[in-house]
Amino acid sequence: MTGVIELEQLSVTFGKRPILKSLDGVLNGRAIGLLGPNGAGKTTLIHTLLGFHPPTSGTARIFGQDITTDAKQVRATVGYMPESDSFIAKMSCVHFVRLMAELSGIPANHALERAHEALFYVGLGEARYRPVDSYSLGMKQLAKLAQAIVHGPKLIILDEPTNGLDPPTRSRMISLIRQIRDGGRARILLSSHLLRDVEECCDEILVLKDGHIAANCNLEEERKANRKFIELETRGGDRSGFVNAIGGLGCEYALSGERRIKLIMQETIEISDLYRIALDHDVQIRRLNFKRDSLEDIFLKAMENGNTTNGAEMSASNGNAQANGGTGDGGL
Amino acid sequence: MAVYEHLYGAYEGKSQSEWSRFLVIPRYALREVFKSKLFTTIFILCFIYPLVAAILVYLHHNANALALLQINVRELLPIDASFFQTFVEMQCAFGFILTVLVAPPLISRDLSNNALPLYLCRPLSRAEYVLGKMAVIVFLLSLVTWVPGLLIFLFQASLAGVAWTWANLWMTWAIFFGCMAWIILMSLLSLAVSSLVKWRVVASGALLGLMFVPSAFGAIVNELFLTRLGHLISLWATMKSIWSGLFGLFVRQTGAVRGRVTTPIYDNELVDIVMLEPPLWVSWLAIALICAVCIWLLSRKVRAYEVIK
Repeated sequence: MTGVIELEQLSVTFGKRPILKSLDGVLNGRAIGLLGPNGAGKTTLIHTLLGFHPPTSGTARIFGQDITTDAKQVRATVGYMPESDSFIAKMSCVHFVRLMAELSGIPANHALERAHEALFYVGLGEARYRPVDSYSLGMKQLAKLAQAIVHGPKLIILDEPTNGLDPPTRSRMISLIRQIRDGGRARILLSSHLLRDVEECCDEILVLKDGHIAANCNLEEERKANRKFIELETRGGDRSGFVNAIGGLGCEYALSGERRIKLIMQETIEISDLYRIALDHDVQIRRLNFKRDSLEDIFLKAMENGNTTNGAEMSASNGNAQANGGTGDGGL
Repeated sequence: MAVYEHLYGAYEGKSQSEWSRFLVIPRYALREVFKSKLFTTIFILCFIYPLVAAILVYLHHNANALALLQINVRELLPIDASFFQTFVEMQCAFGFILTVLVAPPLISRDLSNNALPLYLCRPLSRAEYVLGKMAVIVFLLSLVTWVPGLLIFLFQASLAGVAWTWANLWMTWAIFFGCMAWIILMSLLSLAVSSLVKWRVVASGALLGLMFVPSAFGAIVNELFLTRLGHLISLWATMKSIWSGLFGLFVRQTGAVRGRVTTPIYDNELVDIVMLEPPLWVSWLAIALICAVCIWLLSRKVRAYEVIK
């Protein structure tokens, strides 16, 4: 099956400095989050996919088309929203978006229509005749989104789309991205420093570190697995009876010290069941911590592991939990 | 994706042909250019000389008008290669003024607003982007140089008859290629300057400087060393040689000095110097080299993102 993005030993070097090192893998998500610390190679990967930097070795394919040999066809199917301020000065927003549509191959009359539609879609309908350079930061971000979607691309690459946005504009941007994702007509590659943005929008993540793939994980499958790790701290009562009863419900558990119990909750079991069993065995639950794989856990684990081999990371990506470091206090 | 639906949708209509997409750039740029009243005024002024030339051609063939104005046909400029060369020189000079007005912001504005990634993330190559920007200058300068030149030739041919037309048909080539050489040089030079300098005023100043400073320097070299080699660094003098060559009016020896000379180089020395213009092929080579350097500069500067190695 053809992936949205296929990386095949992709390496990029600037001068003598390697930026991307033999990236390998297939990305198939509806919305793919691209994560990594500064200098990890996220933007270089995006630029390479767009043909701005030639690969030193290896290649990549977007919807089966090679980024080096079919660069124009690739760019015809992609919409790109750059991270930095990018616009054409002294031009009204509707003309700017129309120009971008025409450059993508849409005839002039249709391009104007599409430009109006795209600007209404992102919420700039009322301000579409104002020059882009007079826009606020949030409006400029939305204008950049409009120019990225005006020609109806199959893949939309968004580089830090929520940078510098106030909360209402950010939430509008996120909701637009989710709307596009759920519409199913375009795939999204979202690069962001903000884990929350990625978690809200993406179903697959690719974590880069020092030019390597540190993790590639399908968040959707993670969520479907819905594995709940819980740590209990108990006092008094019939502790062995309590753990046996929990085991009887089908939960895996492990004892840690005299008071702590770690267990993996099944989907069918509610927290109230634990309290009921504890009451039956006269056990006090003094503390209950949820421990589940959040995106932050996956990211932090990937950062800790660092330059692991791609193959290992890719095999660990298929929905299996990779880390369970973070905690959320269930509270008692 | 309809306004009332507020939904995202792909474009499913017909697409423009790939080869013509770069023409979108000049279409938008020209719309912007003609918004300037100063530019429009100067653009109109560029047609005064063609009008004068057309009137001259008309007078040559209209005995009644000559009688009315009490002018003898011999007092008028002859309609020959020299007439058309002067026409080309005049119009190319106007073309330079238009270039100074139009070209500086063409690339520099995109660079300063970081617009290049937006162009180049679309099915448009760097070469097509530069071609699109060049097309703005080529179109405008064509309108004031070879297009009216050929129209006047056609006007003269229609009045002078078949014999004159056949005898002088080669001049159409000279008009077209002479103007195109200048247009290509101007467009590449101005775009290279525009890609190097982000400020419009500075870019305009740099263009003027490139035209006049080397010319002045070349003139000084010529005076000091009693030579004509200084013309090689003057764009205008080099192009004049090329135009003379195309119109069959090129003369290598344009001066001679015999006797005692006092310059900062010659201290009351007895000299016998024949001043020869650089050969035509050297002038063509100089122009080709300048164009090659401009293309190299453009290939370095016109990138979506500058890579710091």
